[in-house]
Amino acid sequence: MSKEPVAVVGIGQTKHVAARRDVSIAGLVREAARRALDDAELTWADIDAVVIGKAPDFFEGVMMPELYLADALGAVGKPMLRVHTAGSVGGSTALVAANLVAARVHGTVLTLAFEKQSESNAMWGLSLPIPFQQPLLAGAGGFFAPHIRAYMRRSGAPETVGALVAYKDRRNALKNPYAHLHEHDITLDKVMASPMLWDPIRYSETCPSSDGACAMVLTDRAGAARAPRPPAWMLGGAMRSEPTLFAGKDFVSPQAGQDCAADVYRQAGITDPRREIDGAEIYVPFSWYEPMWLENLGFAGEGEGWKLTEAGVTELDGDLPVNMSGGVLSTNPIGASGMIRFAEAALQVRGQAGEHQVDGARRVLGHAYGGGSQFFSMWLVGAEPPDS
Amino acid sequence: MPEVLKAPLVVEFPFTRSLGPVQSAFLTGLRERVVLGVRTADGRTLVPPVEYDPVTAEDIRDLVEVAPTGTVTTWAWNHAPRRGQPLTTPFAWVLVRLDGADTALLHALDAPGPDAVHTGMRVRIRWAAERTGAITDIACFEPYDGDRAQPAGHTGEFEDPVTGIVAAARLDYTYSPGRAQTAYINALSGRRTVGERCPSCRKVYVPPRGACPTCGVATSEQVEVGPRGTVTTFCIVNIKAKNLDIEVPYVYAHIALDGADLALHGRIGGIPYDEVRMGLRVEPVWTEGSRYPDHYRPTGEPDADYDTYKELL
Ligand SMILES: [Zn+2]
Repeated sequence: MSKEPVAVVGIGQTKHVAARRDVSIAGLVREAARRALDDAELTWADIDAVVIGKAPDFFEGVMMPELYLADALGAVGKPMLRVHTAGSVGGSTALVAANLVAARVHGTVLTLAFEKQSESNAMWGLSLPIPFQQPLLAGAGGFFAPHIRAYMRRSGAPETVGALVAYKDRRNALKNPYAHLHEHDITLDKVMASPMLWDPIRYSETCPSSDGACAMVLTDRAGAARAPRPPAWMLGGAMRSEPTLFAGKDFVSPQAGQDCAADVYRQAGITDPRREIDGAEIYVPFSWYEPMWLENLGFAGEGEGWKLTEAGVTELDGDLPVNMSGGVLSTNPIGASGMIRFAEAALQVRGQAGEHQVDGARRVLGHAYGGGSQFFSMWLVGAEPPDS
Repeated sequence: MPEVLKAPLVVEFPFTRSLGPVQSAFLTGLRERVVLGVRTADGRTLVPPVEYDPVTAEDIRDLVEVAPTGTVTTWAWNHAPRRGQPLTTPFAWVLVRLDGADTALLHALDAPGPDAVHTGMRVRIRWAAERTGAITDIACFEPYDGDRAQPAGHTGEFEDPVTGIVAAARLDYTYSPGRAQTAYINALSGRRTVGERCPSCRKVYVPPRGACPTCGVATSEQVEVGPRGTVTTFCIVNIKAKNLDIEVPYVYAHIALDGADLALHGRIGGIPYDEVRMGLRVEPVWTEGSRYPDHYRPTGEPDADYDTYKELL
């Protein structure tokens, strides 16, 4: 028996900000969930199961927060699952929910991911002082910057490419009312002039720390037929993992990322992603990861990703727009960041992305990764159901 | 086999909590010696209050005051109180249904011993002398044989409400790095770097983990690597990290020690930061009394050819 097609019929986000001091964690997730239900014109009673994700519990210090969030998400008396895959968790959470629908376990599933970074310090949570080990010498960006230098060496990319990505994403964010950073006076010169924190990473090429939540309502064919607005259809979805460190690990283009993308394209019948996909929401926490992931995802050959960025191909009006929403560079509630990528991809093919809508977007990729390039999750969504 | 290393690991952090409207009213109430619950659609009063109805999932904001007296619904004796618990002498953990509430609140009961505690016993709140808007504003419960107190019908509106709290958390672990890392750390004390070779793929892991992450097999063959190595990639750190006494800018590098199949991390010194490059040949500089090399400095050898380390990037 073939899989049940999976449709996204409701999407909700909070306005992402540095600190939501007016709400509890429950109030934060509730806001996104409520908006997703409203978008789908459904009530709590229409939801069969809830799948929730967030980054490590140390980020807020609430152990297993899903237990206390059941009331807020209308999950009492229903199955509720928690997904853990570090920074990619928003994507994997959506895929676990989608698989429940595809397998006909449930008809309509609410999926949600969140982070309330203001309640703690993620960097602290990631660098506990382990006895006998050398303390981390470089801070948050120090993990990523050497990999970026390796990419620059391998590809011969000019030093300006990172700034171009940051300038583009921050301008895109101005068209997205939910984005955290709205830098109205952003210029390329300002990005270039921002302090070099972890050379080659400038301050303006790093992601912010955000409080936010994102939710989606996923449903089957029958649910999609009742939806008040056009659904987005899942055409392919996959997860892959590999160790954070091993001999032969390629941090510039991890094998797990390549394999994950290839699986998604195979499911969706995509043979030339660069031509057949109309846009991508890619997890780019530091600007240089745009060209790196363009290669890893098969949108460009090895060493060629930066040329797409430099030529303006990934601009909102380019022919492969990337991070139309402003991306992780403009909004980063860590656990939710992956789901925001998935949801923004769905908004595009539904034609609901507002000012940052790509005209005629029919197939858009949502991508997430995390845990030191350990986990990858991706989906491709389309305006048409997978069978037609 | 030498003894495996062990050390205490304390993880603690002052997490902050934004309370939202309902918990804000509840904790502010405690500060003012008022206990508030919420009334659900089906007419029950929940104490402690919740923001969303567990039955209908709807918002609940109907605050209602209950009495500071109540009944123990169940309990457990705590023979040995630990750090941070409400009382320092042995006490009972109790669930108390306050008069006017339909659910029970977890707290401590000050009683001389387990024989003095029973389900159904009447208790009342003993308020803390100094109250800040926290659950500890209830110092504990105490046995009570007086009348049921009458709540004053507080609305839940307060001047100067508490909107956030600090929830200090502390976890005490005993950490052991395991057999392989213990051997690695012991070798470091003789200023030698010893990894382990995978019997299957022959890769040398430094530091060793005791198993090969790609082959999934145990490793045991010890291999001394270095002391010299090659800078495979690096970044220049321009911001001072907290708790780190290193002058910026400095170079944080990935260094593939000769004979190792993946890079470890270290600081580069003995050369201006802007002259560090990929392929630079380096050696460790040890200081008295430190477990790891303080930094790595150039050896003066010609740079390594890119092809010799590109697989280690
Ligand atoms: Zn091996």
